[in-house]
Formats: sequence, C-alpha cells, structure tokens
Amino acid sequence: MKHSCEKCNKQPATVHLTEIIDGKKIEKHLCEDCASTEGITIKADVPISQLLEDFVLQSSSGPEPESAQIKCDVCGITFDEFRQKALLGCANDYQAFERVMLPVIQRAQEGAAQHVGKVPHRAESSQKKQMALLRLRAELKSAITSENYERAAALRDQIKEVDV
Amino acid sequence: MRLGDLTQRAGEWLRVGGPMHDVVISSRLRLARNLAGMPFLTKCSPEQLRELEARLRNEILAASLAREVLYIDIAAAGELDRQLLVERHLISRQLSQGTHARGVAISGSETVAIMVNEEDHLRVQVLRSGMGLDEAIEETNRIDDLLEERLNFSFHSRYGYLTACPTNVGTGLRVSVMLHLPALKMTGEIEKVFRAARDMHLAVRGLYGEGTEATGDFYQVSNQTTLGKTESQIIEEFRNLMVPHIIDYERQARKSLLSKRRPALEDKIMRALAILNGARVMTSEEAMYLLSLVRLGVNMGLLDGPDIKRINELFLLTQPAHLQRVLNREMNPQERSEARATYIRQALGAN
Repeated sequence: MKHSCEKCNKQPATVHLTEIIDGKKIEKHLCEDCASTEGITIKADVPISQLLEDFVLQSSSGPEPESAQIKCDVCGITFDEFRQKALLGCANDYQAFERVMLPVIQRAQEGAAQHVGKVPHRAESSQKKQMALLRLRAELKSAITSENYERAAALRDQIKEVDV
Repeated sequence: MRLGDLTQRAGEWLRVGGPMHDVVISSRLRLARNLAGMPFLTKCSPEQLRELEARLRNEILAASLAREVLYIDIAAAGELDRQLLVERHLISRQLSQGTHARGVAISGSETVAIMVNEEDHLRVQVLRSGMGLDEAIEETNRIDDLLEERLNFSFHSRYGYLTACPTNVGTGLRVSVMLHLPALKMTGEIEKVFRAARDMHLAVRGLYGEGTEATGDFYQVSNQTTLGKTESQIIEEFRNLMVPHIIDYERQARKSLLSKRRPALEDKIMRALAILNGARVMTSEEAMYLLSLVRLGVNMGLLDGPDIKRINELFLLTQPAHLQRVLNREMNPQERSEARATYIRQALGAN
C-alpha cells in the first residue's frame, strides 16, 4: 500500500488525513514535506527521536561508534533502545547516557542544560536516596525472576527502610 | 460523584467564557512527575505498575486536592467510558489504550485531572476557560506542593524534575492554549501562523493532541522548552510574547473578512445554522465544522443566538461517546449520525 504524495508525486504519502471543507469530506494523502508546507504538523512533540537519529548518525562516523551500546547498569536499557523509543528506563539514565544525551537535550531545549525552575523541598537529601532505591528495586526484580525469595524478602525490608 | 454525573453537561472550563474567549477556548497546564527510586514506566514490571498505581491512587485521594475528587481505574473502565474521558480532555488517548494498571483522578469541577501511569508516573493537568494561565499556574503549584508533602519526586540538581522523555525534563511544565482560528483558516493564513509558531519553539496540534486533525478549526498551541527557564518565565513568554500575536492575527483576519467578503462570510454562517437546524443525519466531523462557523458568527456579532455556552457544549456533547451516554444507549455510527442531528436540532430549539 504505497501511494505517492498527491501534491509532489515524488515522495511516498505518509500523512493521511480527512478534512471537512464546506461540509464535504476531503481525503488527503501527502508526504511529510508537502504536509508541512500545508501547515499540518505531524510530529506531536519535539521530534526527539529524529534528534537522536541525527545524533547517532553523526557520531557513528565520528570517534564514538560505540555510543549506541552504552548501557545503564541500573535499569539495563541501552542508548540504542532509548533512541528507538525516545523513552528512558530510569532516573539513572540521565547519568549513564550523559555524555551522548546532553547535546541532544540541549538541542531540544533551546541550548539549555541547567534547571532553574522549582526545586522540591526535600531535594537536597533525596538524590543519593533516589539512586539507592533504584538499585535496590532493580535487584529485587532480578531476585524475583531468579526465584531467590529469601533475597527478595531481605531486599523488600531494605527498600522499606530507605523509602520513607 | 460518579462518572455518569459528568455526561449531562460540559466541564466548568468549557461552560464559562473566560478572558478572550472569542479566540481562546481554554488554557491548560501539565506537570510531569515521577516517584524517586522507582524505574520509569517502560522498565516497570506489571507488579511494579500495580504497586505504583495503588500507591499513587491512595496518596492522591488522601491529599484532599479538591472538595470532590473522583478516581477512575482506567484498566477496569469500559471502552465507552474511556472514550468519554478522552473527549472531555481528562485523559490522553495514550492512557485510554493499553492494558496495564493506570488511572485518573478528577476534581468535581473537572479543572484538575491527574493521570497515573501515563508516560510518567504522574501527569497533573489543570484547565481553565479562556486565557487563564495565571490562575492555572497558581492551582498547579498548589497541587504539586500538596502531592510533594506525601511523595518524593525524582529530581536532579542539573536536570530538574526527571521525566521518561527528555523533552519534558526540568520543570516538567507544558503550557497549552486551545485556539479557535476559523478566520485564519478561511483566509489561508494559517500556515504562516504555524511557521511563526515553530520559529518561537511552539508546537501546534489538532483538537485532541497527537494524530493531528484540526477538527472544527481548533488548534492546540504549546511550549516545547521545559529546561533552563523558570515556570513563571515559561508562562510569561507564552502569555505575553507568543499567544497574543496569534489572537491578534485571528481578530484581524475576522475584520478583513467582514470588510472584504461580508456577503460570502454571512452566507456561509447562515447556511451552517440552517443545516444544523434542519439536518436529519450528521457525522461528528460535519457537526464540528458547522458549529465552528456558528461559533464564529456569534462571536463576530453576525448572529443573535444561539448562546455561545450552548455551542461550546454541543462541540462536546455531540462527540460519539458523549452522544451515547447522554441518550443512554449504544449506537452504531449510522444511528449516531441520526441521533446527533436530532439532538442538535432540539438543543438549538428547532424541530
């Protein structure tokens, strides 16, 4: 089912929409370029997946072809997986992927790389605790998968102690 | 309060005409928050998702955020109810789909809706009618503070509030206004607005966000930058620099239509009203299109009635799930089109 764009007739039509003009239903099948010149936005948010794509393409020919393989040792997600879904696995990813992700964040955020907004009242003490909890919960998950229930029980107690 | 109580009328934010309501339908703020020490949702096991949902539900209900709060377990809700909530802008399409543990807490006035386990653990939404961003940010902050008394949010000194997608990181704040821009559409200037908006780092979407269809000439404009600015900076830029221009363009386009193409414009609007008053079969798309023209006619003073609040309400009550709830029966699309036409005629006082 590959139609070409009805406006330029060159690229494949990937944007399909129904418009009501003067009460008549009109279907349009356009490529992304023609759609955007018609003022139709396709991507809902900043196309971060696109940004990531560009970035990895750039870096694959550059000095760090291995960046896609960087892995968070807490949740286990790789940078490549993040690139595909545009969703991170846990808070630790911001540290784990920092080197490769920071330029992407800056591009998506008008160059900014420092939060200046609201700070939660308990922020100061909580950062270390956050990471400790993440690790404990990751360990609990694998303890349950490997049916090590004694360890799981001990981990649950530890989590309860930290998470107050 | 029960879910069924919602259907007979529109939410407060849609019924009351707020500031600049000739162009601005509503203002919406959204905060993204995640619990510290829990993985983001993509890496949660089904068990952890259930644990999260139960805990967040309890804490939200215990926080007494409003006089009346209704919590809806979306995983247990029927399809029609989920669609109803989407039509009312109380949950996203994303939350309405899927099978995992998730829910939404709604205040009695429907000006607050907190989604649990959407893309982030919590999505706090505050709605106001018309241009009501100042009120909305005050309310958003109040709710965030109340929740923060009970929950420890994931926060980083450099990146601020941590979110599953880095496009929300920092403040986690998304500001949007829903605009009615029929004149810009008619004069063909809407593309220019879109391009200008993009240059100002704004996103433009259709009525229900993702999967854009600009039904009834409604457009959602929102900020894209969430990091490196304070919450009030984001609001101020949005309110002072960006949105007023779009409102001005639309008002100018209306004036220019009046001075240059008045008969054609009046003809379009009068015909729209006549069809609404006489049709026997009507799809929701056609209803949106015609109601949009009537709304324009009333706001430009070209029509005496119907009441603008009534029209706003009809935009909502003629949507598929609402129509079925209001009339209290399940219908196929054909039956809906017939029932819709009848409902509109009665609402407008025709026969």
